[in-house]
Amino acid sequence: MELVGLASFLVFFLTLAGIYALVTLGLNVQWGFAGQFDIGIAGFWAVGAYTTAILTTPPSPFHLGGFGMPFTVGAAAATLLAALVALAVGRICVDLRTDYLAIATIGIGEILRLVLKNEEWLTNGVRGIAGIPRPFADLGRTGQALAFLALVLAAIATVHALLERARRAPWGRVQRAIRDDETAVLAVGRDVRRFRLESFVLGAAVMGFAGAVHAHFVGFISPEAFDPLYTTFLVWVMLVVGGSGNNLGAILGAFAVWAIWSLAQFVTAWLPLEWAARAGALRVLLVGVLLQAVLLWRPQGLLPERPPPPVVRDERESR
Amino acid sequence: MGEILQLLVYGLVTGGIYALGAIGVSLVFAILRFAHFAHGDLMTVGAYLALFGITTLGLPLMPAFALGALLTALLTVAVDRLLYRRLRRNGAVVLLVSSFGVALILRSLVQLVWGPENLVYGTAIVPPWRLGELRIRPVHLAILVTGVVLVTALHLFLTRSRIGKAMRAMADDPDLARIAGIPTERVVVWTWLLAGGLAATAGMFLALDTRLNPLLGWNVLLPVFAAALVGGIGNVHGAVVGGLVLGVASELSTAVLPAVYKPAVAFAAIVAVLVWRPRGLLGGR
Repeated sequence: MELVGLASFLVFFLTLAGIYALVTLGLNVQWGFAGQFDIGIAGFWAVGAYTTAILTTPPSPFHLGGFGMPFTVGAAAATLLAALVALAVGRICVDLRTDYLAIATIGIGEILRLVLKNEEWLTNGVRGIAGIPRPFADLGRTGQALAFLALVLAAIATVHALLERARRAPWGRVQRAIRDDETAVLAVGRDVRRFRLESFVLGAAVMGFAGAVHAHFVGFISPEAFDPLYTTFLVWVMLVVGGSGNNLGAILGAFAVWAIWSLAQFVTAWLPLEWAARAGALRVLLVGVLLQAVLLWRPQGLLPERPPPPVVRDERESR
Repeated sequence: MGEILQLLVYGLVTGGIYALGAIGVSLVFAILRFAHFAHGDLMTVGAYLALFGITTLGLPLMPAFALGALLTALLTVAVDRLLYRRLRRNGAVVLLVSSFGVALILRSLVQLVWGPENLVYGTAIVPPWRLGELRIRPVHLAILVTGVVLVTALHLFLTRSRIGKAMRAMADDPDLARIAGIPTERVVVWTWLLAGGLAATAGMFLALDTRLNPLLGWNVLLPVFAAALVGGIGNVHGAVVGGLVLGVASELSTAVLPAVYKPAVAFAAIVAVLVWRPRGLLGGR
């Protein structure tokens, strides 16, 4: 019995960590590849989650829709809508300097949160949207959990393969070049603005997709269900710990930090009752200190970025 | 008309608070060249340290505020010595990430020590003065007057004192300042002292006007940054103007927009400035 409980916790843990790994991969495109400081992560995640919630739930008088569509449609639409929001936002902000973009993304996250919280006709306000269907429900409890984990792992593998290809492609080289020396890239005649917009939108699309997967995993979404800033912060720490610019590092960082975050939950569960209410703060403190320690002593992260070797024209055929 | 005038008064008070925060953001940006994301949470810490002075030490409001500002200023320098100074050579973006982490650390410390609930300073409720249709709360007048005094003092400090001039020199051209023999590390310490003290003051005023809450400062980080940008980041006088513009604009917006969307005004201001006047109203870097 103990073993069964442990196994089911492990499946639960891996699924959630995997969802975070997806978000971290998205941030890696924006920050790791292109050097864009985005702290509106939770905003794109929420756009994805709400899109699929509205599309896949049965009709409800409390919010827009639901339209009872299948999970695949919801997830695809979530990815698309997150990308569109990022495109609209990016057209205004993406060519800003790093610090300005960072400030602007706080605003984006904040406004998205306000809209989701206050536009009741759309999202049912603070009461949120319940009953988001879980895929594979006909497989039974255990089967469903395992199938969902497989889905998440497959999604990670797919997104990783695609992003790894993008990273090695000329596109990825240009992104890194813009990150490291924007003026030089401008000087060789690249459309910097367009490349920056592309990485911003691509990253946000992955975040939106991850938000949709999370919504289907939990079955419920509300503006208060998770603290958007903590989510954003956790994803940042995951990327920095894992290694900015390294896709595998992003995944590793997500699993490692989520393990620490979950372990801290066990430890704080033993705290006396009057401290239990403050356990969340203790965990954030712990992760915050971890971030500073990594920045100070291992700024390249667990898996440092390894840029692909330069392509020399003559060698291209022989590869 | 009376209602608009009333909103204008509220706007000036809010704007004064934003301005005190924005000055610090602007100073740090001018000297250290990064957007300090923990600034909002420094405001929170300042407000809570003043509460510590009032409830635990039994100090009256004014000395408690002075203590809060002093402790926060020292804490800010400590954070710099411990983290930012060592990360400085890794570039501004690393400082940005680190300060985001510091923001969360400060906030969780406040939550650990004082809990997540709303708290108040427990000052007596004074009925507002009436000026025709206009109602003015004594607290608001005190905030405005102190704000003016602090800004004037800061202006004199930056233009008259030796270290203030050194700060301006370093803001203009750090390499030249170093060559000219300006003690740059001392300038950095002074910058953090001023930024921390002013942030704490802004936080305490905000708490006096509303309530203490662990999210107190984070919630106004966006308008504070917006104020610094509107005024021209790196420009102290601009930060004051930006703060007032933003405070008045966000209060007046409640006349046409639902009040819950007040933060959107700050965002709109940022976008407008960045698109049309990237160097701010008074010119920055």
